[in-house]
Amino acid sequence: MDFDLTEEQRLLKESIDRFVADHARDPAAHAAAPSLWAGFAELGLLALPFSEEEGGIGGGPVETMIVMEAIGRGLIVEPYLSTVVLGGGFLRLGGTEAQRQEFIPQIADGSLKLAFAQLERQSRYDLHDVATTARRDGGDYVLDGRKGVVLGGDEAGLLVVTARTAGSRRDENGITLFLVDGDAQGVTRRGMPAQDGSRVAEIALDGVRVPAGRVLGEVDGGLKLASHVVDVALAALCADSLGAMEELQRVTVDYLKTRQQFGVAIGTFQALQHRAADMLVAVEQARSMAMYAAMMAEEADPGERRPAIAAAKAQVNRSGRLVGQEAVQLHGGIAMTWEYKAGHYFKRLTSNDVLFGDTDHHLRAVMETGGLVEEV
Amino acid sequence: MELRFTPEEIAFRDDLRRFFREKVPAEIRRKVAEGRHLDKEDIVTSQRILNAAGLATPNWPVAWGGKDWTPVQRYIFTEEMQRAAVPLPLQFNVFMVGPVIAAFGNEEQKRKFLPATANLDIWWCQGFSEPGAGSDLASLRTTAEKRDGKYVVSGQKAWTTLGQHADWIFCLVRTDKEAKKQRGISFLLIDMKTPGITVRPVVTIDGAHEVNEVFFDEVEVPAENLVGEENKGWDYAKFLLANERTGIARIGLSKQRLARAKRLARETEAGGRTLWEDTDFRRRVAEIEVGLKALEITQMRVVANQRHRDADKPDPASSILKIKGSELQQATTELLLEVAGPYALPAPDHEQPEGWNEPAVSPEWADAAAPLYFNYRKVSIYGGSNEIQRNIIAKAFLGL
Ligand SMILES: Cc1cc2nc3c(=O)[nH]c(=O)nc-3n(C[C@H](O)[C@H](O)[C@H](O)COP(=O)(O)OP(=O)(O)OC[C@H]3O[C@@H](n4cnc5c(N)ncnc54)[C@H](O)[C@@H]3O)c2cc1C
Repeated sequence: MDFDLTEEQRLLKESIDRFVADHARDPAAHAAAPSLWAGFAELGLLALPFSEEEGGIGGGPVETMIVMEAIGRGLIVEPYLSTVVLGGGFLRLGGTEAQRQEFIPQIADGSLKLAFAQLERQSRYDLHDVATTARRDGGDYVLDGRKGVVLGGDEAGLLVVTARTAGSRRDENGITLFLVDGDAQGVTRRGMPAQDGSRVAEIALDGVRVPAGRVLGEVDGGLKLASHVVDVALAALCADSLGAMEELQRVTVDYLKTRQQFGVAIGTFQALQHRAADMLVAVEQARSMAMYAAMMAEEADPGERRPAIAAAKAQVNRSGRLVGQEAVQLHGGIAMTWEYKAGHYFKRLTSNDVLFGDTDHHLRAVMETGGLVEEV
Repeated sequence: MELRFTPEEIAFRDDLRRFFREKVPAEIRRKVAEGRHLDKEDIVTSQRILNAAGLATPNWPVAWGGKDWTPVQRYIFTEEMQRAAVPLPLQFNVFMVGPVIAAFGNEEQKRKFLPATANLDIWWCQGFSEPGAGSDLASLRTTAEKRDGKYVVSGQKAWTTLGQHADWIFCLVRTDKEAKKQRGISFLLIDMKTPGITVRPVVTIDGAHEVNEVFFDEVEVPAENLVGEENKGWDYAKFLLANERTGIARIGLSKQRLARAKRLARETEAGGRTLWEDTDFRRRVAEIEVGLKALEITQMRVVANQRHRDADKPDPASSILKIKGSELQQATTELLLEVAGPYALPAPDHEQPEGWNEPAVSPEWADAAAPLYFNYRKVSIYGGSNEIQRNIIAKAFLGL
């Protein structure tokens, strides 16, 4: 049992923390901030989870946690989750050698972004609910369907698309993953900002031809891979939320010490002290579960991995709600303004909450996978 | 970062598991598992079994029967004991007065008290709180006046847990009325058989006799029963309270209760199916499980962090463990109450009608659920109330 970072992990943390501090996004700014992608590439962050033979750095989920925590703390909106964690995760865990050789170097050098096009009108949080179809036609597949809330979907050069190759809409079997060029014929996209300032897209697929060589993983058996990669992303999201919570907690405590009312700092009011203490407890519980998620993310056995990841997301969501809402309340009116940053952290936490499953969804998963406390 | 135990730690754990299951009588463990009251004999028997194996006082200095264990081993020990539903060694002896005597007592006191304390030949109770001194403990008013080489003690202690079984009481008494609050307090050991002591039972809401009031009327205590220096008692009390908070999260105990609630829910019919099939119920279980898992890791982080800290200083993180740990203990007792449902209502222990041989309608275990739930409201009050813990967090962590 050991919660210390290795020397290399400490150095990674120092460099990403410094980078984020230097490039902290002003969330209140209306103009788009300059892209940090080249900086990410330079720091090696885009090569982080890939093996050294493939031109990567060989980082594991703890390294990803370190990076995502910093990204959350700095409210960074670059599509790291969609490109490196999700897209990269699909290639790492399911890509053929040829696919990995083709795409990983481009991810690592910053020239290629990816997005995971999965969500549909009716699917909500169910990965297995897929209406988009892929029909075999000679050596190709032809994809038809509509995807929404695709993180980083408007600027991605390569899309990972879930489509149905067999079975009916909610069958767990019959789902196949495809690597689809972002500008392939029949792909149309509408990008828009998300509540937290990042970008999402609606994507229409109309008769999009995809060669069979661009199938990712097993035909009809894509759900297992998608579920694992989404779990890896959930662990990363937990770290992102943790970073956001830490910073929001810090900002709030600072404010309690400086804001004066009735002739004293408002932090001297015990009613507020206790709420700030509860925020800290919530952050620490979230930190524990973000660590747990990192340690379980690469576990191949879904029987072990699923309840752990679901529990982590449920706890982090719970903590995030409390920290977000209490931070706004403890600040008073100032946190209601676009100019002040607390509200933007609140929005980030709220966005993360509904990504890949809210609290109810994950509690149900904990329930259905048998829970965490073995019976004696 | 690594959560898993090493193979040596797993072997250590498995040895303990076997020991607890094989050596501590099943009947005693069943009472603990069901949340029933233990009588004095149960607690003494269990502690003597542990002591004979050198496992009653691992937290003490090695010279006095402690173990040179790593923080992780200590953690495993506490967890496994709770999961096996072994009664915890009497905390007044093992976590409170024992460590204080070992750290601040003189050689004579150590020889006289420590082995007997470990073996529960002496049963100790804690005389800190008073009617007017609860959270604000330093405002205590029981006095000890030095007369003819003796202390003469007068006053009243409140909430004295299991004082009815006690042979000795360790007390905080005021030895200097002029000094500032914390300064004039001393730590005295008093034989409960001394003339002038009256113990009066206080029945708690669960109907049990667990706490007492203890009255001191000109009680003469030999001066040699002073621990450490006169008027330094507050320092020793702080040391003791910090000790009390280690292991306060009681995660093993909550896990054991939750596992039991799950099993009972499977055996309980509700609405034409089992309670376990009720998703509202299972969702509540899942919520508690998630909180417990998070707390378990928080506890491990605190444990792992101990090697980076000055061992003598209390870790303010223990306040987080106290708040969440007590909330989850209460949540599990609440869950058991919900499993028992209407069958929790009867309190058959209070009246045993004669000549009634019908099989009971209520399941046998159900009558313990409500008293346990009532009793566990205490865990957020004692050991420094949860409000006091929030004050500590606000000051020590947040600097407010
Ligand atoms: C079952 C049981 C067993 C016990 N056993 C023992 C024992 O063996 N020996 C012993 O010495 N003592 C024992 N105690 C006493 C226990 O330590 C006290 O109950 C505890 O310190 C709280 O004191 P109080 O009950 O007087 O409540 P009070 O201190 O009067 O508190 C009342 C309420 O006010 C809150 N409060 C108090 N101060 C503050 C503050 N500064 N800020 C915010 N809120 C505050 C409290 O949290 C609580 O909600 C026991 C108590 C119980 C219930």
